Amino acid sequence: MNGKLDFVSRSQYSGYYLGILGTVVVVGLVALPYVVAQGFTNTLVNLFILLILANMWNVLAGYGGLVSVGQQAFIGIGAYTVLLLAQHGIEPFLAIPVAVVVGAVFAYPISWFLFRLTGGYFAIATWVVAVAAGITITGIPSLGGGTGASLPGLQSMSSVLLGAFTYWASLAVVLASLVSVYLLLRSRLGLALTAVRDNEIGARSIGVKVTRAKRIVYLISAAGCAGAGALIAISQLNVQAANVFNVQWTAYMIFAVLIGGIGSIEGPIIGSVVFIVLQQSLARFNAWYLVIVGAVAVIIAIWARGGIWGVWADRSSTKLFPVGYFLRKSSPEGDQLVTQTNK
Amino acid sequence: MSQVTRDHLLRIEDLTVNYGQLTALDGVSFSVEESSIFAVIGANGAGKSTLMRTLAGLHKPIKGRILLDGEDITSVPPHLRVARGIALVPEGRRLFPSLSVEENLLTGTYRARKGTWTLATVYEMFPWMPSRRSQRASLLSGGEQQAVAICRALLSNPRLLLIDELSLGLAPIVVRSIYSSFGSLLESGLTVLLVEQDVSQARSIASQIHCLLEGKTTLFGGPRDFTAEEIEAAYFGIAKPNLELGTL
Amino acid sequence: MSWINALIQGIFLGGLFVLFAAGLSLLFGVMEVINLAHGDIAVAAGYLAVVLIPLLHIPAIWIFIVVVPVFVVIGYVMQRLLFQPSLKSGSLTTLLVTFGLSVIIENLLLEGFSANSHSLSIGALGSGAFRITHQLSISYLSVAILLVAIATIVIIQLGLSRTNTGRIIRAVADDREAAQLIGADYRHVFGIAAGVAFGTVALAGLALSMYSQITPSAGPTYLIYGFEAVVIGGLGSLWGTLAGGIVLGVAATIGLVASANFGALAPHLVFLAILAIRPNGFFPKKALA
Repeated sequence: MNGKLDFVSRSQYSGYYLGILGTVVVVGLVALPYVVAQGFTNTLVNLFILLILANMWNVLAGYGGLVSVGQQAFIGIGAYTVLLLAQHGIEPFLAIPVAVVVGAVFAYPISWFLFRLTGGYFAIATWVVAVAAGITITGIPSLGGGTGASLPGLQSMSSVLLGAFTYWASLAVVLASLVSVYLLLRSRLGLALTAVRDNEIGARSIGVKVTRAKRIVYLISAAGCAGAGALIAISQLNVQAANVFNVQWTAYMIFAVLIGGIGSIEGPIIGSVVFIVLQQSLARFNAWYLVIVGAVAVIIAIWARGGIWGVWADRSSTKLFPVGYFLRKSSPEGDQLVTQTNK
Repeated sequence: MSQVTRDHLLRIEDLTVNYGQLTALDGVSFSVEESSIFAVIGANGAGKSTLMRTLAGLHKPIKGRILLDGEDITSVPPHLRVARGIALVPEGRRLFPSLSVEENLLTGTYRARKGTWTLATVYEMFPWMPSRRSQRASLLSGGEQQAVAICRALLSNPRLLLIDELSLGLAPIVVRSIYSSFGSLLESGLTVLLVEQDVSQARSIASQIHCLLEGKTTLFGGPRDFTAEEIEAAYFGIAKPNLELGTL
Repeated sequence: MSWINALIQGIFLGGLFVLFAAGLSLLFGVMEVINLAHGDIAVAAGYLAVVLIPLLHIPAIWIFIVVVPVFVVIGYVMQRLLFQPSLKSGSLTTLLVTFGLSVIIENLLLEGFSANSHSLSIGALGSGAFRITHQLSISYLSVAILLVAIATIVIIQLGLSRTNTGRIIRAVADDREAAQLIGADYRHVFGIAAGVAFGTVALAGLALSMYSQITPSAGPTYLIYGFEAVVIGGLGSLWGTLAGGIVLGVAATIGLVASANFGALAPHLVFLAILAIRPNGFFPKKALA
């Protein structure tokens, strides 16, 4: 290659425009409860919860290479943290950040267990942890035992106001999760993870602390799922172990990620939207919608690994969240894109 | 289709194989006479192993044909080539480590053709084998493993035996003892195509040699048709400076 | 006395877990993949029996003669059509595909049979028991299940070590490519292994629906028990799996003495404890990371 490479850039277009676009979208979303009916924002709450979960599972599996089918453990822990705090008089909305921290705190010792295993054995062991956590909580009468407990502390709020607050809280958590993942992947750790994903042994040999990187991802993912669990508790006003510790949540997040495209930030967003749209439009077919969504996810997993975003990204180089690099070369005609690194 | 004479068991035409982004074999053609030993020589990376693996069906050529007894087998999958009479002793021997010596040998009979090779006849050829038949194959020495690998291939009663790097990693005396058993192989009508880095060994045993360099044929003919210098030049591609290579 | 009773019942309950574990262990040993739909396939076999018994007018106890071969075929076909293509893109893809399959099966069963539980009634064999003492009795069915489980392990073990097909399965497990060179089509061999695994798990599903009851969502619970038995015993060791299943069964019944909740929790705690002190299990064949 001749000609010198003058600078490395994250994005093809300046961050300035992206910033404006982002701000407009966020302001629009924040204003939404004043504009649309509550039914719509309720659906969006479900979308946001799924998006948080999908985003977290994507970081874990798509970047950390850790296929977990037990993230419902942290959904449950988040939900029950909110319940426990509310029973002691703490405002449920204020309990959300606490739940996030509690999720990560639980994840730390659990990671020492699980990281002894790899691949499929890691996957089922995460499931065992979730099952064990669910059974344990079912055995605590003050938390409602097997029948669950309703969430105190929000009865005084009008349903409209409660709906709006729930929506804003979900929006806040969703944005926080997207921003953290975006920043994580742009950090040195993100680079390390990409190296590990592409070649674990190679990454070890150049000094990447693989296990440490994976553990951090695991903790972040647990924290995010606990946040989603807290939102589930608030949006349903009821916490039941059979619901929050259900493996179905993991099915949702995995399907959303596979359909949207694993290993990109955009994929889970698209996948979550597609999932919710399918869920809404196939609602009258009962369990069939999961059969259909599951079949689509399986087909995509085998024959179209990149999912919807992958198919799209192959045809254009557009990225909403540029976490790769572009090399630009200075030339009299202006900057030229020379090459780009991974997604 | 082609004018293959009856006594040419294997014929390859213009065989081109890509390995990743590299062209590992580039338009190689030759014929192997029935009941003969044919040696392919060449330095590391010349494409010898790729050639053997392609003949066994493990690589798909992007161009060219492979004819066995006049029949085009280019697209026959590897497990069915065994039934047609091609057996490969792969580089590194590739015995099944958790199977015993005898079990390894017996796997060779899985898709065996009718023929003279049986457990008894291979045990006759290598008298040390029966006493160690219940040992795990991974516990044998390199030379012993090579012998087991050859016998495993023989038990499929092949018409064409492919041997990749027979002498690699083995003591010369072991190599000689294995080669000394080849006389009886030829008598049984077997055709042997082998890859050998040791040129003098190849010249002493083969009736035809074929030299590859970076995937291309640089020399072929009878082992006595060339001087050692000529073979060396073809082997390393240095004596006659190759302009094509110089531009790279 | 209740402790001894719990211990003995636990050993027999372990037989059921072993049946779930056998196919899981076999598939991991051959392909290094874990079928997350394993439990759901067992449950599906139970439902097939529920449908077929009234149609075929044969006693429930003999339904395995029909159901097991059907699942052997399904296993072979699924391996060739679904699992094999997923293996190409890595074992993590297989994991996701089998997880998806698990959800699909569960929801199909939910559509077809509702969430109500079903069970197979086998008459006298189901209700009869050996009376050892006044307080201790062991049902015929428990004994039968443990014997079937042991027989399954023994047959798989002998099949792998003594038959031509078993030898080729082990050869493929060792080195796929080298196995092609001796004429083995590894995809076909994987299909056979999957067929055997599906056959054993169908047996497990029938045993479960005779011993207790099945619901569309019962699968994962038994997948997990089976998996725990495999890990406790040591990966790839079928005899270890037998021991592991019995350890879990005993943990469950002894836990049950304390409370229903603890009965469900105890096997998982035993598993996690063993994972902490002995991550390779007790009879390891292959090392873990």
